[in-house]
Amino acid sequence: MPQADLVKEGARQMTICNACRYCEGYCAVFPAMELRRTFGKADLVYLANLCFDCRDCYYACQYAPPHEFAINIPKLMAELRRETYREFTWPGAFAPLFNRNARAVAAITASALALIAVFVLVFTGPAALFATHLGEGAFYRVVPYAAMTVPPLLVSIYGLAVLVAGALRFWRETAGAPGGSVGPAAFLCAARDALGLVYLRGGGAGCNYPGAGFSASRRWLHHLVFYGFLLDFASTSVAAFYDHFLGWQAPYPFWSWPVVLGTAGGVGLMIGTAGLLYLKWKSDPEPSDRPMVDMDVAFLVLLFLTSVTGMALLAFRETPAMGTLLAIHLGAVAGFFLTLPYGKFAHAVYRYAALIRYAAEEREARREAN
Amino acid sequence: MPMDSLEASAVDVLVIGGGNAGLCAAITARRAGARVLLLESATKHLRGGNSRHTRDIRYMHRGATEYVTGSYPEAEFWEDLRQVTGGDTNERLALQVIRSSEDLASWMQTQGVRWQKPLRGTLHLARTNLFMLGGGKAMVNAYYETALALGVKVAYQCEVRELDIRDGRFVAARGGAAEEFRARALVVAAGGFEANISWLKEYWGEAAENFVIRGTPYNQGRMLKELLRCGAKPTGNPRGCHAVALDARAPKFDGGIVTRLDSVPFGIVVNNKVERFYDEGEDFWPKRYAIWGGLIARQPDQIAYSILDAKALPCFMPSVFPPVEAGSIPELAAALALDPEKLTAVVERYNRAVRPGTFNPAVLDDCRTEGLEPPKSHWARPIDTPPFYGYPLRPGITFTYLGVAVDERARVIFQDERPAQNVFAAGEVMAGNILTQGYLAGFGLTIGAVFGRIAGQEAARCAAS
Ligand SMILES: Cc1cc2nc3c(=O)[nH]c(=O)nc-3n(C[C@H](O)[C@H](O)[C@H](O)COP(=O)(O)OP(=O)(O)OC[C@H]3O[C@@H](n4cnc5c(N)ncnc54)[C@H](O)[C@@H]3O)c2cc1C
Ligand code: SF4
Ligand code: SF4
Repeated sequence: MPQADLVKEGARQMTICNACRYCEGYCAVFPAMELRRTFGKADLVYLANLCFDCRDCYYACQYAPPHEFAINIPKLMAELRRETYREFTWPGAFAPLFNRNARAVAAITASALALIAVFVLVFTGPAALFATHLGEGAFYRVVPYAAMTVPPLLVSIYGLAVLVAGALRFWRETAGAPGGSVGPAAFLCAARDALGLVYLRGGGAGCNYPGAGFSASRRWLHHLVFYGFLLDFASTSVAAFYDHFLGWQAPYPFWSWPVVLGTAGGVGLMIGTAGLLYLKWKSDPEPSDRPMVDMDVAFLVLLFLTSVTGMALLAFRETPAMGTLLAIHLGAVAGFFLTLPYGKFAHAVYRYAALIRYAAEEREARREAN
Repeated sequence: MPMDSLEASAVDVLVIGGGNAGLCAAITARRAGARVLLLESATKHLRGGNSRHTRDIRYMHRGATEYVTGSYPEAEFWEDLRQVTGGDTNERLALQVIRSSEDLASWMQTQGVRWQKPLRGTLHLARTNLFMLGGGKAMVNAYYETALALGVKVAYQCEVRELDIRDGRFVAARGGAAEEFRARALVVAAGGFEANISWLKEYWGEAAENFVIRGTPYNQGRMLKELLRCGAKPTGNPRGCHAVALDARAPKFDGGIVTRLDSVPFGIVVNNKVERFYDEGEDFWPKRYAIWGGLIARQPDQIAYSILDAKALPCFMPSVFPPVEAGSIPELAAALALDPEKLTAVVERYNRAVRPGTFNPAVLDDCRTEGLEPPKSHWARPIDTPPFYGYPLRPGITFTYLGVAVDERARVIFQDERPAQNVFAAGEVMAGNILTQGYLAGFGLTIGAVFGRIAGQEAARCAAS
């Protein structure tokens, strides 16, 4: 849907919700909506990024299709979020990556993989690639230390910069009434909501995902993915610390911090992403936005591949398969970080920014009410 | 028809109507061991009747909880009911409903219904009523899920047309195309006849053509009519219906809660002859909400217009359709197809009659008119700040009061005062025993849940004997 139509449709649906308010207890979207009487683009973009796509309000809505009001908030919000990611990304020339995201993510990852394969074959050569390497620095005999550390660092910094730029643009564009000052309390409150996935709790019963029944599975699987990701991040950081400051080179023994954290994170990621993919596959298409589902799937598949190849690398690092597995794992990791700011991961920063705004707004509203 | 596999003889309790009352009956009967079949006219998407549009339930309770702000004792509940009905209620049944409502919160929760804090803008109900998380449809969904999990059979798109009741004994119910349903006991929970315009016309004449029906188009009153035809004793005022002021642009059916308008106390209201006809500021809107439907129904062409200025707009809950907006009163009149000169004159006369006061929507304030007929007793402020706004209003029918008489075991009473042997009624189809006029917010669900449970229990017992 072109933007103007989407904004008009968003305003129409939000106006109906605002006269109804039955879903007030489900999530932050409705209380935030009630602080407004009209819904312009900025309001809608803000509200959309508060939505966790739990779908409770879709199944609870007496106006859901086939009712003539045709209220479908999760779908509307997903469309608006996709629009947010596209519009606020940097540089603008890359915005089309969000149009057919799954295809873009697949193409970029495949290219990264191919590039690494060529690199390894040319610079390392087949002999070293298919040999068994043991002991300290084994990985670096397949991919040199500099090649394994410098490009990822640059890509991550770039990705982070793009995401922060997007969040700042989002912040600027959604500023305005009703407002409220943003202090540390708002950051904390938003962190609590985000880290706890509070709005997937649905008042205790879980959310209507994948179908009309209530289930906590999406929330727990998302936790597995998120905390799995954090554990892997921690593992990498510890490894980097060992390497730079203690001079201990990978591979590390099984009972070392990097391996334990990495394994726990990898298992969490594998189960979490596989589970979420299964839920997506089972999920009701009615409240879904098809292109958003594709974006989700691309992201989850890539994350799944990253964790599976990582685990396989750990399992077979002392065999001749190590070189090949390392190349494939690095390809997946490269694809993941290259597409990080141009895919589903973007939701994390916009969601967090929206939650901060919400915390500030609510505080202000409560202050005024007293 | 998805019930092919279900042999008619395998049903102990047949429930007609899948709204609040029918679901409470089906669940209770099933829990009591009966094999239950529930028939519902609507599709799965539109199931749940008017209960789908509700948001809160009134219940007796002894103290504040996470969701209600204080106690609501039996005596107060009874007094509230006595007031709205003017004492014209079956005291025994009314007290039964009130007393049995005490455990509704926990019973409903057991069936999967969840609560939320009172919605913003509903403070006047925060102490007495419980709000369902997600509203009535979420409640209905929870009931269906529980009923199905317990083994209740449900058939959608299955409108019952005829009842075969002989000597107070239910024999069979018939749907279209020679579908026949037999069971040992029957629970009728098929709502009122508010969606049946031609029936409404019997009392309101042609005016009923201009009524908006707030709830489901499926409540055609067919089962009510069948029960009466089979000799059930009527109760409640046949002309009575709960009618409110709605936005005239509302859909003819099923517009639900969002089409109501709370603007009346903050401006003036004229009919299409551009005459005011009632004191817009007589009392708080929740108390006057339910007389405005009737007031508008008695105006020419059953239409009226709420006229406001910019000061008034933030005072009430936004509604689903934007107001008609204009820079001046004559322009507003033209946009509403009213006589501009007349509207200008009416507004000027009103503005001159407004006495200075301190405007406060939270109390019966001292902003009132003097020397104006009809007066505006509170919240009267001059309509002088552009832009000016107008909402067209129509009568919106919530429900009808006519029902069948029942006893305290939910048995339908026949004209010879004898109770039926195996026919029970619950919900709106028998609410007229208790509510003959007026309405207490959230009480429709209370009656349906209490009597639904009784009917389910009694029907299961009856089927077992
Ligand atoms: C907009 C709106 C808001 C309301 N809000 C509240 C509120 O907040 N709290 C409250 O307590 N009350 C409220 N009410 C009133 C409340 O809806 C009713 O009192 C209550 O729902 C009646 O329940 P019921 O089960 O008797 O009927 P319904 O819920 O109307 O169910 C009747 C069912 O019977 C089915 N049916 C009808 N005829 C047949 C047939 N011949 N064969 C098979 N099936 C049939 C219908 O399809 C329907 O599903 C509201 C009403 C409206 C319109
Ligand atoms: S989603 Fe439906 S039920 Fe929920 S607030 Fe909006 S209109 Fe009301
Ligand atoms: S889908 Fe869930 S999170 Fe999104 S608006 Fe609806 S209730 Fe809120």
